[in-house]
Amino acid sequence: MSNQLILNKKIVNNDWVFLLPVIEQKEVKKQAGKVVMFKVTGENFPEDDDLNKIKLPDVSKILLPLKLYLLRKDEIEKKYSEVGLWLYSHEDFQWLSNLNLDLNKFSVIGIYIEKFADGRIYSLGNLIRRKLKFKNDLRALGDILKDQLFFLDRSGFSSFLIKEGRSAEEAIKGLSDFSHSYQATLDEIPSWRKNLNG
Amino acid sequence: MYKYNQIDQNIVNERVAQYQDQLNRFLKKELTDEEFRPLRLQNGLYIQRHAPMLRVAIPYGLLSSVQLRTLADIADDFDRGYGHFSTRQNIQYNWPKLEDTPKILKKLADVEMHAIQTSGNCIRNITTDPFAGVSPDEVIDTRYIAEILRQWSTFHPEFALLPRKFKISISGSKSDRALIKTHDIGLELIEKNQDLYANIYVGGGLGRTPMIGVLMKELLPIKHLLSYCESIIRIYNLYGRRDNMYKARIKILVKSLGINDFKRQVEADWDNGNASPNMLDDNEIKRVKVFFTSPDYEILESQELENLYSDNKSFVNWLKRNTRPHKQLGYRSVTISLKGKYQSAPGDILSNQMRAVADLADQFSYGEIRSTHEQNLVLADVKETKIYELYESLITNNLAEANIGLVTDIICCPGGDFCSLANAKSIPIAKNIENLFDDYDYIYDLGSISLNISGCMNACGHHHVGNIGILGVDKDGSEWYQITLGGQQGNEASLGKVIGPSFSEEQVPGVVKKILDTYLSLRNDDSELFIDCFTRIGIDPFKQIIYQEEA
Repeated sequence: MSNQLILNKKIVNNDWVFLLPVIEQKEVKKQAGKVVMFKVTGENFPEDDDLNKIKLPDVSKILLPLKLYLLRKDEIEKKYSEVGLWLYSHEDFQWLSNLNLDLNKFSVIGIYIEKFADGRIYSLGNLIRRKLKFKNDLRALGDILKDQLFFLDRSGFSSFLIKEGRSAEEAIKGLSDFSHSYQATLDEIPSWRKNLNG
Repeated sequence: MYKYNQIDQNIVNERVAQYQDQLNRFLKKELTDEEFRPLRLQNGLYIQRHAPMLRVAIPYGLLSSVQLRTLADIADDFDRGYGHFSTRQNIQYNWPKLEDTPKILKKLADVEMHAIQTSGNCIRNITTDPFAGVSPDEVIDTRYIAEILRQWSTFHPEFALLPRKFKISISGSKSDRALIKTHDIGLELIEKNQDLYANIYVGGGLGRTPMIGVLMKELLPIKHLLSYCESIIRIYNLYGRRDNMYKARIKILVKSLGINDFKRQVEADWDNGNASPNMLDDNEIKRVKVFFTSPDYEILESQELENLYSDNKSFVNWLKRNTRPHKQLGYRSVTISLKGKYQSAPGDILSNQMRAVADLADQFSYGEIRSTHEQNLVLADVKETKIYELYESLITNNLAEANIGLVTDIICCPGGDFCSLANAKSIPIAKNIENLFDDYDYIYDLGSISLNISGCMNACGHHHVGNIGILGVDKDGSEWYQITLGGQQGNEASLGKVIGPSFSEEQVPGVVKKILDTYLSLRNDDSELFIDCFTRIGIDPFKQIIYQEEA
């Protein structure tokens, strides 16, 4: 797993361990006409059984799947000094919202995408900041390249774990691809109210 | 028309630099094909059969003469001396070299143009009525709202990678000329007690699963337009299918949730828009609106052109078909046909013709040109006293084909000759149909009728809404054509019905001829248009004649 972290527009030493469960692939038949949360590639994601079997590594700071945390909360809180949570991009925002979890208890919340083209991450970031009022570090995980950074930053993300094998020095430049934006997001104001238009 | 300020100019300049960097990384193999693909697509670059294809944005179809001359230069310097106007009011080049594309984008940026979001899974070019601002039936001039939406949708960070492409169209007239019911979002602007509102249609679209959009929200105050669209697209971004590209458009989500549940989710997110940072205020609307005020029209009298030139039948025919009334007395809007014997394919235009049109726009129409989704060009503000002079210049440039709205005004995608998605060729089909008609009287007698051809079910030729629609299909590796009848655009938008088993390339012109002859023999009189006749008699009479004789 990559260890190149960009945090608050700087490349930093990453002392968080990102736990990504590896699971067996099962074939799933999709029901026609039924709306379910679709993953980009159709692979499985871990069921409770899988999550219960995971051996928790002996480290101090760990980023865990939200569902794993919910299942084994006591054990996890006892074991680690600091816990961050992450969601798969197909996990439902409404579900997260209804958990009534105090997200600000956690110093990091991450969203993981398997594929670059998975744009759900942007809306999830926006909603977690805007609707759930998350104040701490929001981290992009997975297939994260230079070319998403400008948009992720504007969608509320404050840190980026750059994909294995890609240069973080190169990627960080993506944050300044554009000096202006038209529309507002989060607590920005749109270009037309910035009075830059003469 | 809209003029860039420093922010607009910086954004397109920085985009050129960003794209140059992405291309360099791809050429150095720092980006894989799969990674480069969405990046190049969002800059209008396709990899086609013969070469890359570059699609350049013409926001809501509005061009200046300076821009059109630059498009002509690009055609000469980087392509084969022509360009192709698409059904989304954009222009495409079929033969650029990959390495040249940043240079082309630089040239475009110099004249306030770009190729941003002309392809890929993002919000595409905003389209509207080509007669916005000049049509007598207009209620609201849509151009400033289109420009506001263009800015808002450009690099919207949340919607950079949607499940699939997303198209928005706006109409502000009594009759819809912007196909709003076949767009992902269709906006109908209306005025009530001097306040501006939008009716919002959602989930329309052509393609593999054609659907007519549903009216989702009535009388939305215009200040909430951006936040409401954001909530629609946010729900789509989160819940639209991503596992199957054929089921990924918003129409599939709206259909499977049902409009009520979809609306409930959207409005829960929207929360009356009051917290949105993108609420429009009067200042912003005013700032953009001033770019679209009417030119200083002269006070003129209406001309009886038909009577004045009654001995010139060709001119009168052209006048009737290719010009339309203007809101200002003494002016008309002129459509320049890009269809017919002088054009190598519907929507194609040579570089010298582009320059000629640019000159004519300067001379006769305040230096502005509009492109239409029917793949023609419009000079919107021509004095009636100058119409004949303009007509003569168009003849000299082989641009005076008098066929707007007639059967030879064929709407057609590039098809299998260029496009790697196509199942079948479409341009030769258009040409063969065109060749059926050497008799202008027959064409004029047929009257208004739309004929649309798509080379595959992606429906770039909008075949579902053609009175006659032709769709290229693949049957065991050979090219066949399915014909639909009775589609139409506008307020009564409807999708065509399949007439029956498909035909070979050779059969198509004959079948089209039979359809037209059947109409001529069954219509009440020459005031009953093809579509009205079809609505009255249905598909059966056509079916019988075609398949009985084929059998």
